[in-house]
Amino acid sequence: MKKIFVHALRAATVASAVAILVMALGPVLAAEDSLYRDLGEKDGIATIAKYTTVNFLADPRIKATFDNTNMERFEKLLSDQFCVVAGGPCEYKGRSMAAAHKALGLDNADFNAVVEDLQTAMDKAGVPFATQNRLLARLAPMQHDIVTK
Amino acid sequence: MRQPILIFALVVAGGLSGFVAPARADADGSLLNKGMAMFDSGKLLATGGVSTVEGAGGGGLATWALITGYGTRDGVSVNAHYTYVGLSDYSLQSPGIAIGLFDRVELSYAWQAFDTQKTGGALGLGNGFTFHQNIVGAKVKLFGDAVYDQDAWWPQLAAGLQYKSNDRGAVIAFVGGKSSDGVDFYLTGTRLFLAQSLLVDLTLRETKANQFGILGFGGDKNGDYTTQFEGSAAYLISRKLAVGAEYRTKPNNLSIAREGNAFDVFAAYFFSKNISATLAYVDLGNIVLHDNQQGVYLSLQAGL
Repeated sequence: MKKIFVHALRAATVASAVAILVMALGPVLAAEDSLYRDLGEKDGIATIAKYTTVNFLADPRIKATFDNTNMERFEKLLSDQFCVVAGGPCEYKGRSMAAAHKALGLDNADFNAVVEDLQTAMDKAGVPFATQNRLLARLAPMQHDIVTK
Repeated sequence: MRQPILIFALVVAGGLSGFVAPARADADGSLLNKGMAMFDSGKLLATGGVSTVEGAGGGGLATWALITGYGTRDGVSVNAHYTYVGLSDYSLQSPGIAIGLFDRVELSYAWQAFDTQKTGGALGLGNGFTFHQNIVGAKVKLFGDAVYDQDAWWPQLAAGLQYKSNDRGAVIAFVGGKSSDGVDFYLTGTRLFLAQSLLVDLTLRETKANQFGILGFGGDKNGDYTTQFEGSAAYLISRKLAVGAEYRTKPNNLSIAREGNAFDVFAAYFFSKNISATLAYVDLGNIVLHDNQQGVYLSLQAGL
C-alpha cells in the first residue's frame, strides 16, 4: 500500500514537472508579432501607456524625475515605444534611451520602480502575467542605457 | 538547545517583519535615516529567491547565483528564515540568517538539527538522537544579471563556499565518516527567461559531505571531493507565486548506507519583499536504514 502511495507521489511529481515545462514553452512557440496583438494592438498599448504614466506621477520614488516633462508627449512616446518593441506597425520618434536618461542619474531601484509601475498598469489593463513578462523581457536590457548611477 | 534557538529565530523574523523599509533618505537626513535607507528594497519581487536548506539564497535544495534579499547594487538587505523538513523517519529544523551586500556579496549562517527519531534507538544511539550542524556561507556574484541581461546568452554567475561543522564527531567516525567538518565550493549560474516566465539554475558543487554534512564529510568508500550537480526550474505564475522542481545529486562516500539523490517540487509565495513562504514535497532518497525518505518542506523567510 505504502509503495503504491510512493509511486503515485513520484508520478505526480513528474507530471507537475512536465506541466510546468509545457506552460513555459507555450509562449516560446508563439509567433514573433503576436506580442503586439496580445497587448491589444494600438488601443491596448495606449491604455497601458496611460495607466503607466498615471502610476509614474503618483510614485514617490520617481515622480520628481518628471518635474520638467511634457506628460502628454511622454505618454505618446511611451505608447509608440511599447508598440515598436512589441513588433507593432508604429514609429518611435523620441530620443534614444541613453540620450533621454543621461542627465537623470537613475539607479537600479529607480529602474525597478518603473518596472513595478508598468506591471501595475498592465494588471489594471487586464494583460495576463505571462504576456506582461514577454514585454518586460524586451524592455529589461534597456537598463544598460537607462541606469547611469 | 533546540527550543531557545527556534524562539530566537522566530523573534528575529517577527521583529524584522515589523519594519517597513523606509523611503530613501534625502541629503540632510540623519545618520540613522541614511543607514536605514541602505535597505533600499529596490530589487523586483521574488528576485531575491528564498533560503536554501543550507541558508544561502536560492531555491530549497539548489543554491542560486542571485544574491539574497532585495538590496540593489546601491543597497543592502538582511533576512532570517526558519525551515522544517518532516520526512518519513527523520526531521530537520533549521533557522538561519543571511545578508546581501550591494547585490554582489552574500553572507549566510544556518543551524541545523537533524532528529533521528526512532531510528536513533534502532542504531543504539537512543530515540530522538539529534545531529547538529552549523553552516557559514559566502557567495560572490561574478558577472551577469539574471534579470536585466535578457538580450545576452550568459546567466548570472556566482561562486561561493559553505563551511559546515557537525557536533557528532564520534558517531560520524563510527559510521565511517572521515571528518565532522568540511567546506563545499560551488559555482552557480542562474538565468531568468523572462519571456517564458521561467527561472533556471544550474550549480556545480565540490563537496565531501555525506547527507549534506549531517553524516560528516568523506568516508571509508571515498574520502575525496566529488563534483555534484544541483538545479532548479521555477515557473512564475504571478508576481507573487512561483512553482517548480529541483534536483540535487549527492556523494556516496559511506559503505554502511547507499546515499540517494534528492528532488523536490515546490511552491513559493512572496507576500511582499519582507515575507515569503515556501512549501515543498521533498524526496531525499535513502538515508541510513530507510529508503524513500519523503515528506514536507516548509520554509518561512522574513527580511528587509
